Amino acid sequence: MSNQTTERGGKIRDAPASGTMVEPDLANRQAGRASGAALAEPETLSEDKDTLLDIFRQMLLIRRFEEKCAESYALGKIGGFCHLYIGQEAVGVGAISAIRPDDYVLTSYREHGQAIAKGMSPDSVMAELYGKASGCSGGKGGSMHLFSSELNFLGGHAIVGGQIPLATGVAFASKYRQTDQVTLCFFGEAAVNQGAFHESLNMAQLWKLPCIYICENNQYGMGTSLERAMSVQSVAQKACAYEIASELVDGMDVLAMRHATERAAGRARKESLPTLIEARTYRYMGHSMSDPGNYRTRAEIEKYQERDPIKLFTSVLKENDVIDDGQIANFEKEIKEQVEHAVRFAEESPEPDPGELYTDVYSMPINN
Amino acid sequence: MAVMTMRDALNQALSEELARDENVFLMGEEVAEYQGAYKVTRGLLEKYGPKRVIDTPITELGFAGLGVGAAMAGLRPIVEFMTFNFSILATDQIINSAAKMLYMSAGQFKIPIVFRGPGGSAYQVSSQHSQALESWYAYFPGLKVVMPSTPADAKGLLKSAIRDDDPVIFIEQERMYGMKGEVPEDVDFTIPLGLGEVKREGSDATIIARSLMVPIALQAADELDKQGVSCEVIDPRTIRPLDIETIVKSVEKTNRVVIAEESHPFCSVAAEISAQITERAFDYLDAPVKRVSGADVPMPYAKNLEKLAIPGVEQLVAAVREVSYL
Repeated sequence: MSNQTTERGGKIRDAPASGTMVEPDLANRQAGRASGAALAEPETLSEDKDTLLDIFRQMLLIRRFEEKCAESYALGKIGGFCHLYIGQEAVGVGAISAIRPDDYVLTSYREHGQAIAKGMSPDSVMAELYGKASGCSGGKGGSMHLFSSELNFLGGHAIVGGQIPLATGVAFASKYRQTDQVTLCFFGEAAVNQGAFHESLNMAQLWKLPCIYICENNQYGMGTSLERAMSVQSVAQKACAYEIASELVDGMDVLAMRHATERAAGRARKESLPTLIEARTYRYMGHSMSDPGNYRTRAEIEKYQERDPIKLFTSVLKENDVIDDGQIANFEKEIKEQVEHAVRFAEESPEPDPGELYTDVYSMPINN
Repeated sequence: MAVMTMRDALNQALSEELARDENVFLMGEEVAEYQGAYKVTRGLLEKYGPKRVIDTPITELGFAGLGVGAAMAGLRPIVEFMTFNFSILATDQIINSAAKMLYMSAGQFKIPIVFRGPGGSAYQVSSQHSQALESWYAYFPGLKVVMPSTPADAKGLLKSAIRDDDPVIFIEQERMYGMKGEVPEDVDFTIPLGLGEVKREGSDATIIARSLMVPIALQAADELDKQGVSCEVIDPRTIRPLDIETIVKSVEKTNRVVIAEESHPFCSVAAEISAQITERAFDYLDAPVKRVSGADVPMPYAKNLEKLAIPGVEQLVAAVREVSYL
């Protein structure tokens, strides 16, 4: 398999960051010191074919789902804010593929992809974006607040960094009850400047909580680049302030994400320890659908698209004879139908009953 | 019944609920080894151990959010703010997470959490440590807000708050921790949230008071009684849900209302109660509703200025006489 697609934390060569690169050894040292895990070993495809194809399929589904969201948004079918995951699929899919169904996921407002990766149906997600009763949050949450109690997908949170203390609390509950569930907490790099990030990491290591913090460093907090917002631009490096194990991962490499998360999940389950993973990635679209993206050049976007996560994974699968063009075409066809079905389901679903305006404010209705 | 301080009544409620339900745990600054900054949590670490009685770093946003997350996963946290002044740092998690999670998730995630601690005026600690924040929290649908005025109410309401499936803001008055009263010892003694109480019956005017203002209103009623004015004193006990029925019933009887509070007057709970009385019982009023609130200034340090900033018996007496056209 090709090297450049699967390099581990510490050995990213075609590093996507346009700004200062993290000193990779530091990230490794952190992980090594805290966990004793040996990192940066040569990569081989250890997954079986079905797993690999499932990962591929999910990434492609999320890409096509998000493209359809952009279309529906332009048509005025989806309201409010809509933050797309295109370009970052490897992070969510790779990480979530490494955990169990009963593990928890909490994330930010850019969460359609992670919701689908956690097993939520495109129908229920699209219906939510359309503000329909059949949506996963009954039409009350919208794009930024997807939830599934059944699948332990605990939202969709729309204040930058707000989900980080919440995820820390979910991990606290797992430890309290002595289950071996782990919690994945996704957030963008801009959230790292919030106090919530630092307060959470401090408590997580202090109390040894099984939480895996995954920073999706897409290099822009809305229109402000990393260099303009962060004095120390390595997120992974910040873990040393709390003696938390950390890894810098090529977030365009889905297997790298999967394997880093497997290591972190092992640490969380066996030793009840947190990990900070910094995934270097890139979003192709604006911050939200209303962002024209004037703060960066087309050439910059195209540079990252050369290392598109789906393209990279396709070449890995082809080199290893896991997939061929015919199978890809079949996947594309199936996924197109699946996404069209989701749109039809959303279109045809009823709006929430007006009576729903006043339900779910309290667990039992109150009068005043 | 046993006579005890409000501090001990709260302690008993915490202890009984920790004993009753494994999922209940208590966290906050100095709640465990230090035995509580105000000793409300005294002895609980020894009884329930460090797993369930947890000292936190000074990281209010962080531990408030951690509590909400733990509640999402099925635990029943009691989060103590050393004082509610520090809850201001945690408001993002209280308002954006705790209050809205059930709604945003269409009923999938209940948040059974209690945020508790002392609030309101304290003794000479100046502007940042002496303030009433109940109107902030009562503003948000999804939160319940409770303010007890007696040791028995404190115990019964706190137990209900801990058993409640929604987030509850439970504001204890810092000046009232040492106040004594009779408290039922039955472990199943609870007072439903949303049920006010007539603390004193009367026929000429109604004083609506909460928290620290209740004993002051009762003193004012004694004084007015000597002056030939019979006052009814009502304590809603819970700000949200508000027992407006009990208030309206009293207004229909007395036709005159004074609302006492130590908070600032602008956008206050008294303003809300006043508006609701006007909407529901306008025809019964013989005088405009009168509010007696704390001074509309940050709390000063100097003893004499501080005293002027908090309503006292004399102001309430004067207010009742004013609405009685005396």
